[in-house]
Amino acid sequence: MSHPSAVRIFLKTIVARAFPRFVGSYRNRTWIVTETLLPLIGTIAMIYVYRALHAPARYLGFVVLGGVLLAFWQNVIWAMATQFFWDRGQGNLELFAMAPTSLAAILLGMALGGAYLSLTRAVTVLIVVSVLFGVAYSTSGILPALGVFILTICALYCLGMLLASVFLFYHREAWHLADALQEPIYFLSGFYFPIRSLGAFVGGVGSLIPLTLGLDAIRQLILPGTPQFIPLHWEIVAVVGQIVLYAVLSQVSLRYLERLARQDARLILRST
Amino acid sequence: MDIAVETRALRRVYKTRSQEVVALDGVDLRIGRGERFGVLGPNGAGKTTLIKILVTLLLPSSGAAFVDGLDVVTQFRELRHRIAMVSGGENVGFGMLKVKEQLWMFSQFYGMPSNPAKRRIAELLERLGLSDAADRRVSGLSSGMRQKMNLIRGLITNPRILFLDEPTVALDVGAARDVRDEVRRWMAEDPTRTVILTTHYMMEADELCDRVAIVNRGRIVAQGTPSELKQQVQQNAIVDIQLSPGRRLLDALREVDGVAGASVAEQDGIDRFTLLLSSDAALGGVMRIVEGSGREIRGLQKREPTLEDAFVKLVGRGMAEEEQG
Ligand SMILES: Nc1ncnc2c1ncn2[C@@H]1O[C@H](COP(=O)(O)OP(=O)(O)OP(=O)(O)O)[C@@H](O)[C@H]1O
Ligand SMILES: [Mg+2]
Repeated sequence: MSHPSAVRIFLKTIVARAFPRFVGSYRNRTWIVTETLLPLIGTIAMIYVYRALHAPARYLGFVVLGGVLLAFWQNVIWAMATQFFWDRGQGNLELFAMAPTSLAAILLGMALGGAYLSLTRAVTVLIVVSVLFGVAYSTSGILPALGVFILTICALYCLGMLLASVFLFYHREAWHLADALQEPIYFLSGFYFPIRSLGAFVGGVGSLIPLTLGLDAIRQLILPGTPQFIPLHWEIVAVVGQIVLYAVLSQVSLRYLERLARQDARLILRST
Repeated sequence: MDIAVETRALRRVYKTRSQEVVALDGVDLRIGRGERFGVLGPNGAGKTTLIKILVTLLLPSSGAAFVDGLDVVTQFRELRHRIAMVSGGENVGFGMLKVKEQLWMFSQFYGMPSNPAKRRIAELLERLGLSDAADRRVSGLSSGMRQKMNLIRGLITNPRILFLDEPTVALDVGAARDVRDEVRRWMAEDPTRTVILTTHYMMEADELCDRVAIVNRGRIVAQGTPSELKQQVQQNAIVDIQLSPGRRLLDALREVDGVAGASVAEQDGIDRFTLLLSSDAALGGVMRIVEGSGREIRGLQKREPTLEDAFVKLVGRGMAEEEQG
């Protein structure tokens, strides 16, 4: 029997799974408030904290860029990683799993469908806060920074897939863990200050989160005078390494955990 | 016979923290290509477990299962191209999508080219009388429409073998008939297609299935065509007795000499007992018990056996819940 190729199914699945996310945000627009106004308020509050502390002006730039990447981080953790948990509750997971597609494609599609929400949020924070508070960027660094940004987002989505497979199996425990780790992760990845301030060891641990080094690299590129954590080119190499690492790990773990889930009846909803 | 589904000593145990549940306990089945095969059984018999194993969502604890010649444990990736499953009462998908959008989405997970998929969806919507609902949101559908949409989801990708887990549960008479009609029509289009369905409704199995397996406590207690199964009770007299409410009688009736099986269903405040008697003489013993109970006889009929009666004889009780009291 001949089937559509695996690559074709993979790509079609991404588009099809992105679709409801995309349409949903179009048909229900409350997100315009939750994804722009609220993060904006959070970022501005942080700026006033720094002002009150008489921090150097470039710290405002740190906060803005942190706010931009935070948008994507939250999409990955609260939408992508926990996705299968919700899908199982709906009975969708069994239909996704028994289709001849890959769960990775389902996750990527779902993340992509939500990415433009994150993008709207990121761009709003970037523009509004930069204009309001007069943050200046080095224009020559903008293009390379955009490149690093894209790499960072790729690494982040690969990590999201890894987390989703872990959630599928250890959902309750994983849930508590994600919740408990939220604040430490904001701290470790240096959303609001340069990672250098954390010192080599803590910064090194924080670097396992793909955002940490990517964010630091972007800051070095467009906010001259950012204290250097490790040299820029090594940061970029490390982010690319993370893409590979998390992509491979997530594939291995999706396959392994799918099998485990078939064994322990975790794909299906208990009916009786 | 060209085999569509085969299981050998299939067993599935669920382990929870407090206990182990044996859901399937040595199931041997052979279902031919082109068959409409029914799996009948009371609650908890293991029907859904069997289906979930055959559609690769659950691993057997031991034994083997083959669908379309493929091992469900090791060759599941290939198998997933060839099968579909629709369960009754499912609430899948995304409520804010339109019906046609949701169906398109699922077709894409099978890699179907987009335009042929849309044409096929329009055609199936038409066939099930849902064309007008194509642009309605999934969240606004009645349960009958929703279940027809789910059935369409199972048909778009042209599966070799279609699995239906209680496809008409909780539907009104008209919607249930539409679903059954579509299953029949779909099967008639191509004699190599196979349907395996589980059901609580005897009438559905009798009317829709070429062959039926009766499952109880994880085991197959009988299989055959509906008329073969009915023949098992041909030598029995079937008596329906309607009684006013009162104290529990079922166990006492089963004890009577010559009573081969008994079941009861409550309806409109009346207990409707069905008794299988191996000889008419047993009726005397039954009447003594009934009179002794002080319950009032509201009606009594003797009639031809149905599949339900065969079920009562094989399983020892009816499909409906047990007598209260
Ligand atoms: N995920 C699960 N974990 C533990 N036990 C389960 C699980 N799923 C089913 N069971 C148990 O396995 C047995 C068979 O269940 P199954 O759902 O296969 O029965 P069924 O014939 O489909 O019943 P129904 O007619 O109610 O749908 C039941 O005792 C049920 O409680
Ligand atoms: Mg069931």
